Amino acid sequence: MIDIQHVSKTFITGKNKVEALKDVSLKVNKGEIFGVIGYSGAGKSTLIRCVNLLEHPTSGKVLVDGTDILKLNRAGLRKLRRKIGMIFQGYNLLETANVYDNVAIPLKLEGVPKKEIKARADKYLRIVGLTDRSKAYPSQLSGGQKQRVAIARALAHEPEVLLSDEATSALDPTTTDSILELLLKVNRELGITIFLITHELNVIQRICDRVAVMEQGRIVEAGTVVDVFTQPKKQLTRQFVRNESNFKIPDEIYKDLLKTGELVSLTFLGESAKDPALATLARKFEVLPSIIAGGIDQLKDQSIGNLLVHLKGETGQIHDAVAYLKAQNIIVEKVTG
Amino acid sequence: MAEFINQWGDAIWQGFIQTMQMTVISLVLSVLVGIPLGVSLILTRKGGQAENPGLYAVLNAIINVIRSIPFIILLFLILPVTKLIAGTTIGVQGVIFPLVVSCAPYVARLMESAMLEVDHGVIEAYQSMGISTTKIVWYVIIREARSPMILGLTIAAIGLIGETAMAGLVGAGGLGDLAYQFGYTRFQPDVMYAVIIVLIVIVQIIQSLGNAFARGLKKN
Ligand SMILES: Nc1ncnc2c1ncn2[C@@H]1O[C@H](COP(=O)(O)OP(=O)(O)OP(=O)(O)O)[C@@H](O)[C@H]1O
Ligand SMILES: [Mg+2]
Repeated sequence: MIDIQHVSKTFITGKNKVEALKDVSLKVNKGEIFGVIGYSGAGKSTLIRCVNLLEHPTSGKVLVDGTDILKLNRAGLRKLRRKIGMIFQGYNLLETANVYDNVAIPLKLEGVPKKEIKARADKYLRIVGLTDRSKAYPSQLSGGQKQRVAIARALAHEPEVLLSDEATSALDPTTTDSILELLLKVNRELGITIFLITHELNVIQRICDRVAVMEQGRIVEAGTVVDVFTQPKKQLTRQFVRNESNFKIPDEIYKDLLKTGELVSLTFLGESAKDPALATLARKFEVLPSIIAGGIDQLKDQSIGNLLVHLKGETGQIHDAVAYLKAQNIIVEKVTG
Repeated sequence: MAEFINQWGDAIWQGFIQTMQMTVISLVLSVLVGIPLGVSLILTRKGGQAENPGLYAVLNAIINVIRSIPFIILLFLILPVTKLIAGTTIGVQGVIFPLVVSCAPYVARLMESAMLEVDHGVIEAYQSMGISTTKIVWYVIIREARSPMILGLTIAAIGLIGETAMAGLVGAGGLGDLAYQFGYTRFQPDVMYAVIIVLIVIVQIIQSLGNAFARGLKKN
């Protein structure tokens, strides 16, 4: 659906040159939710804005639904943009228009027939759950409600793709959840492909199918959310993922534990969670496992269990035990500090 | 009091009418020139929707130059042009052109700063929906800026009333002229005080109307 090929973008302001994107390539498939995560300044906004040419790539190619968008003329670009909805961190609503008009005005400006405008505005305000607030002005709404209006406004164009630039970053966790829920519904029920960027892991975890991790204008790692979560390859990705599931153990305890054995972090997913692997371990080997900490991460379609386990025993026995665990499809990592 | 009104009522009324004529006509013409000029400024400035540094610099310079010339001097400076355009350099008709020349750039600046306050994100959101720049100017920028724009026009209108006082020098009449002629030249301060009171009332009314109107348009 979206095919970004070797895109680079350099901003030149006076004597300063900022390479916001360096040879970025990625593909967003039709119907999926694709997320890009990275710290502030990584170039995420620049990247997503290249998809509807709010920002022009310095080099590279961007295909949307097979069309090379850099070759479009003004009219062609306007038409393309109507197929691509976009929502923003700052909502970007008209302060002088009520909720209904915020959805209806862009349709009017596009020349949609009057009757159709009413039908669509009503329909999408209902979908985002704001029918009863349609006469309210943005200043009378909460952040979450404003984002719902922005989503309704984007959906009212009946786009094929929805771009989201940090749509939940200004919202509290509960409101974030409800907006993510809404995006998931939009994706599943209306079949709209979603390309989002965020710095919140939670967003990726909750609704994305695939993820790319961005750092200093480059994509450093990409894959399905499950893969990236369970087997992060790059330091930065680990940082993001471990931020959530890392168990902080006080140094004292940690030293004590290492005297009598080894510490391992176990990641279970899907099937591997069903068998009582640790119990079996104690029977089969001369190893006593004790659970130090644990937790579950809920991803879009499956959950990932995480355990920090102390294995007490001889080095050789521990080694065999770890091999056994790995054979059970459990991801085992030695924790060294 | 009754005697004063009997004697001066007509003159003051006439002055009031002339002042209002000059103010309203000049304001309307200044708006017709000033708003497009203000729009051009925000579109051509750096980061605008039709960025054009050259044009922006030219417009900017013209506005600055005109705005640095005091009205009383401008009035005489452009006499030949006034003659050419208005056909006369005296009376209400002769003073409208210089008033517009002086006021339109001011209006342009006021409109520019009002429109610059519009959140860039909203403009971008509309661009991302494939809406043309012309429509964005009208339905987003001017719409969102209308409240500060009205306040700006209120300021311009009040400024114009002040300038019309100087129009008396070219025989355009008006309240300012009345106050000057009788209050100063012929030493009848009571006429001057009466005119001042009328001017104060006019300015108060314009400002209150402007404020109320702007508040009504704000919606938040
Ligand atoms: N219009 C611009 N002119 C100059 N530099 C820019 C411009 N837009 C972005 N940049 C620079 O490009 C880099 C990437 O910015 P970008 O906004 O894409 O980052 P981001 O990942 O979205 O960050 P954030 O999470 O803070 O929004 C930054 O160094 C930024 O300063
Ligand atoms: Mg950003």
